[in-house]
Amino acid sequence: MMSEMIVDIRDLYVNFNIYEGVTRVLNGVNFRVAKGEKVGLIGEAGCGKTTTVKSIMKILQMPPAEVMGGEIYLEGLDVLKMSQRDLQMMRRKTVSMIFQDPTAALNPVFKVGDQIGDIIKYNQLALGNKISKEEIHEKTVQVLKEVQMPDPERLMNSYPIQLSGGMRQRISIAMALVSATNLLIADEPGTNLDVTIQDQVLRLLGDLVEDRGTSIILISHALGAVKGLVDRVYVMYAGSMVEAANTEDLFSDPLHPYTKALFKAVPKLTGGGIPMGIPGRIPNYLSPPTGCRFNPRCSHAKPECRENAPPFYQVGDGHEVACYLYGGQ
Amino acid sequence: MSKEIVVVKDLKKWFDTDEGIVRAVDDISFTINEGETFGLVGESGSGKSTTAYTLMGIYTPTAGEISYKGMDISMGIKQRPLSLKKEMQMVFQDPGSSLNPKRSIEQIIELPLQVHGIAKDERRKRVIELLQMVELPEDYLDRQPTKIGGGEKQMVAIARALATNPTFVTLDEPTSALDVSMQAKIINKLIEFQETLDLSYLFITHNLSLMRNVATRVGIMYLGKLCEVAPTGTFFSKPLHPYTKMLLSSIPVITREEEAVKPDKVVSMGEIPSPVNVPSGCYFHPRCNECTERCKREDPPMVEVEPGHFVKCHTLSE
Repeated sequence: MMSEMIVDIRDLYVNFNIYEGVTRVLNGVNFRVAKGEKVGLIGEAGCGKTTTVKSIMKILQMPPAEVMGGEIYLEGLDVLKMSQRDLQMMRRKTVSMIFQDPTAALNPVFKVGDQIGDIIKYNQLALGNKISKEEIHEKTVQVLKEVQMPDPERLMNSYPIQLSGGMRQRISIAMALVSATNLLIADEPGTNLDVTIQDQVLRLLGDLVEDRGTSIILISHALGAVKGLVDRVYVMYAGSMVEAANTEDLFSDPLHPYTKALFKAVPKLTGGGIPMGIPGRIPNYLSPPTGCRFNPRCSHAKPECRENAPPFYQVGDGHEVACYLYGGQ
Repeated sequence: MSKEIVVVKDLKKWFDTDEGIVRAVDDISFTINEGETFGLVGESGSGKSTTAYTLMGIYTPTAGEISYKGMDISMGIKQRPLSLKKEMQMVFQDPGSSLNPKRSIEQIIELPLQVHGIAKDERRKRVIELLQMVELPEDYLDRQPTKIGGGEKQMVAIARALATNPTFVTLDEPTSALDVSMQAKIINKLIEFQETLDLSYLFITHNLSLMRNVATRVGIMYLGKLCEVAPTGTFFSKPLHPYTKMLLSSIPVITREEEAVKPDKVVSMGEIPSPVNVPSGCYFHPRCNECTERCKREDPPMVEVEPGHFVKCHTLSE
């Protein structure tokens, strides 16, 4: 079982120590990704999606962040106990991340070709290979072709500012691809782009991971974007996972009251008006509610919901939900 | 036929930049009827906001006419009478930058009342009334915008726009910076205000699913031109312009019913060209899969294919 999991996060707690006090953001996160699996992570802004995936690569700013408990296994190794050297090796050859804003992810003063080239060079060094300048050039051209950039030779000599948003995001994808052999984390890759361009980027991403058999974690608050690309989806609310299921099951039969409310609040292309949103708002992490963090906004809240956070209950095939409503089944 | 409140005719807004002339809005015409929500959709850089800004007087048109209730308003904001400004209000996209962070909520909502010469004690009463309308507690009066949530800020911006009892409100992506549950709340409030206060809206968004649910009529913009205008129902059930089809088929949706109403997949290709260096003929031809020789040469005219449904495409004008 263990060996099949590429990512296995168990009961992770992360706090941020800020001026106003301690914000308790991640509250017992359990999250797993199998080898070759495509997993989506959805939830509203500020629910801890990015914090979760950043902790996998251990790229959270510490301090202010502090891991209070839990374990993160990446290919069977505990990331939290890795040495600095091992961490660097892991980032060079196993995992890569595509960030939400390609403009901020690219260095504005270096040519894109050089930026991709550097990653290729260090990735190869990490694998123990020496690589010549010609080979780097060749590989850069090849990866640019893979992300469907026209005229790679010319593009290599341009600066990020000379490219459009969609092209910049494709460069970011290219950069992630050269070193992501096992796991690719995409943090809202299409959010800053227009729908027709977003459609292109997501399709490209889907095809590339399919070809290489890479696992992918796709984060988004655009529910539809996730649906088209992944096998399994996690729903996150205020620092913990509330539901996990196969994509089809989740969208056809959501169980957690939060998931249901979230899906209802999305405007539908079929019309029929906008339903009411979810009453209340996301809790303040300085003093989050006890028990299930959704209880103050939940219409099914019972006394026990206020006392202890519900565990993940198995409901049907691979469908897990953290809610006492399903505890009896 | 309902009465027209805003008529835009052959409107142009060009900007002179170092790189050349940017045709942000290039020859568009549309009307907004009283009590309706006219939706303007398009991708970034298509000229939606420029259209709205020109309509509101923030930009002076390069050419063309805008009239409001039959009165010519094709001039800049400074030449417009005060009474007109009272009737036309606007809510901006990002409440974080449209509210002054140094002022209190009371000062922010009060300002338009002050401009229109309402006495001080009257003003306070009206501000409290407005806060109640947008369901914010009274003790928010002394708070600053930085101390409240994004959705609440947008509610304050809406209260400010409604302060002078306008009849026409421009909403420029009022919810694009917010989460879906907050978006639902705000949109519902806006629909409620439209009914109770008799408002007409110009609603700008790039979110077509949202547009489906709020607009009475929709116009699609591409590179500064309108390519299709139709009543919302027809627009979604019978899209005609190739760009509209591409846009509709690119929307990510979550239910099977929605999948069923989407047109057959049109694989989106290419990117929006720079507005400085626009393609010849029909602006959309480099990305169009129905492109012919004629499209590369001539810009198609806007034709009315059926009552109220306008399309700007050569394939339909024959």
